[in-house]
Amino acid sequence: MAVTTAKRQKMSRMERRNFWLGLAFISPWLIGFLLWTVFPLVSSIYYSFTRYDLLRPPVFIGLANFVEIFTRDKTFGVVASNTLYYVLIGGPLSVVAAFLLASLLNLKIKGRSVFRAIFFFPAIVPAVVVAMIWSYLLNTQYGLVNGALQAMGMQVIRFLSQPSLAKPSLIMINMWASGTAMVIFLATLQDVPREYYEAATVDGANAWHKFWNITIPMSSPIILYNLVMAFIWGFQDFTLPQLLTGGGPNQATLFYSLYLYLNAFVYLRMGKAAALAWILFAIIVVFTLITFRLSGRWVYYGGGDD
Amino acid sequence: MNPFQYTEPQVHKYVSPMQRFLSFLKYAILLVLGASYLLPFYWMVSSALKNENQVFVVPPVLLPLPPRWLNFLESWTSLPFNTYLFNTLIKYALPVTIGTMLSSAIVAYGFGRIKWRGRNIFFAICLSTMMVPFQVTMVPLFVIFRQMHWINTFLPLVVPAFFGNPYFIFLLRQFFRSIPEELSDAARIDGASELGILFRIILPLSRPALTVTALFTFMGAWNDYLGPLIYLQKPEQYTLAVGIEFLRTAMTTKTTHSALSYPYLMAVSAVVTLPIVILFFFAQRTFIEGITLTGLKG
Repeated sequence: MAVTTAKRQKMSRMERRNFWLGLAFISPWLIGFLLWTVFPLVSSIYYSFTRYDLLRPPVFIGLANFVEIFTRDKTFGVVASNTLYYVLIGGPLSVVAAFLLASLLNLKIKGRSVFRAIFFFPAIVPAVVVAMIWSYLLNTQYGLVNGALQAMGMQVIRFLSQPSLAKPSLIMINMWASGTAMVIFLATLQDVPREYYEAATVDGANAWHKFWNITIPMSSPIILYNLVMAFIWGFQDFTLPQLLTGGGPNQATLFYSLYLYLNAFVYLRMGKAAALAWILFAIIVVFTLITFRLSGRWVYYGGGDD
Repeated sequence: MNPFQYTEPQVHKYVSPMQRFLSFLKYAILLVLGASYLLPFYWMVSSALKNENQVFVVPPVLLPLPPRWLNFLESWTSLPFNTYLFNTLIKYALPVTIGTMLSSAIVAYGFGRIKWRGRNIFFAICLSTMMVPFQVTMVPLFVIFRQMHWINTFLPLVVPAFFGNPYFIFLLRQFFRSIPEELSDAARIDGASELGILFRIILPLSRPALTVTALFTFMGAWNDYLGPLIYLQKPEQYTLAVGIEFLRTAMTTKTTHSALSYPYLMAVSAVVTLPIVILFFFAQRTFIEGITLTGLKG
């Protein structure tokens, strides 16, 4: 044991050469990691304990930012519940939408790649354009949707300007743009071995049995992956709510990222923004851990090669 | 993908009315869903061609006749969109794409093709940085760039790209590792340097992974809204994404031009979406493969 560790400690000339060579090759990332990640992370911790408006130097105020956020800041409660609504309802819904679309495309159909392209395309359109199209489409007076409703003699629906509808409308738009998850699901579904379905057919299973007992278990690791990704993106979503509703109406879509942005760049409260960012980080980590912990009950890992 | 792949080898297959109905239902659902997915884009293009009298009409005009093609020209010149295009393409998207490809390839080579002690630890750290939400570094980075007098320049958006991107480092490393080691060994015997092996042997063999990297980085910059919003405050520095929003603000506050404000907005949106349509048309397989490989949002 002592001999082997001694051997391991001392590198041969070749090993030493490779060590410095490897380090040299990864040095762009390593320097960038120190400059753009480690240093900001450390200073972010410091800023979260300060009052800092960019104009004057930061003033150390201890835990005051955190105390304010959790006790006196009434907006934070609204922001937290808005974001949880958006993440907990919107995330799973977009994953379900993506999975159903992928399952539909996985049936024996002609023109699969055309339909896949159509369902996927909204995901790569600039978020600004998505916001422009939908704000016009859902416009109360001149939009296509309300125009059609009016033509059929129905009431106008204020999708984006009625507080109770703003979040569901944003979630619906996100479902429309969930093509990324759909593409991942479709690749997964096409990898499920045909023999499983054939064996089930021989055993007399119907389509529903096969979907529930083969398709879902076999793709459950990817369902988990897409769910975690949807949660992480949901917590960080900025552009769409910022441009479509700007946090309104009546703070109904004031989500975490918007509130953080407001504090940092509009109210110039950099210290509080840093504190909010660390709380967000903690929430995302806890959320991801819980999702993984609960996943043991429904995710099936086939084992074998990966 | 072969539609005949799963056909059972029976000559006369009985198709029951129920199966016929299900098959019909399948295509009906697909067509309705497909149409509703495309409808927003149709609305964008058709609205871009409306004239003053076709905007405020109930029921909405779906086929504006005659189309007002002038909207495209007028909206594009109503603000300096040529400048925004130049900014987006030349000052932002291209340098970021070049920087990300170059640096990520070099770093990926260090992680994937050279065996050295500590490699796995550094690689694990590299991957774990993907977990950190950008909001956490957003505030201090702004402070740093402000102290460096980089605000109102493209440097904060471009320079970090030259230090590698963990997603693409990961993607390229996986790809590099699939290339036989014998190729590198042969080149080493011939006296090639590691950098020479990377550029002459590994990179030419890694075109698919490099294409994914280029495509996704370019799209990320083209579609980015928050980055330019934070760092670029002078109108002559706006990118297309910020420019569209600027046009909306300008048109909704200005009372004189309001009849054409939506056609203008839709016209500019359509023009900004067009390159994405073209890229997608020519590189659909790269998109699909790239997403399947990285799980990245485009």
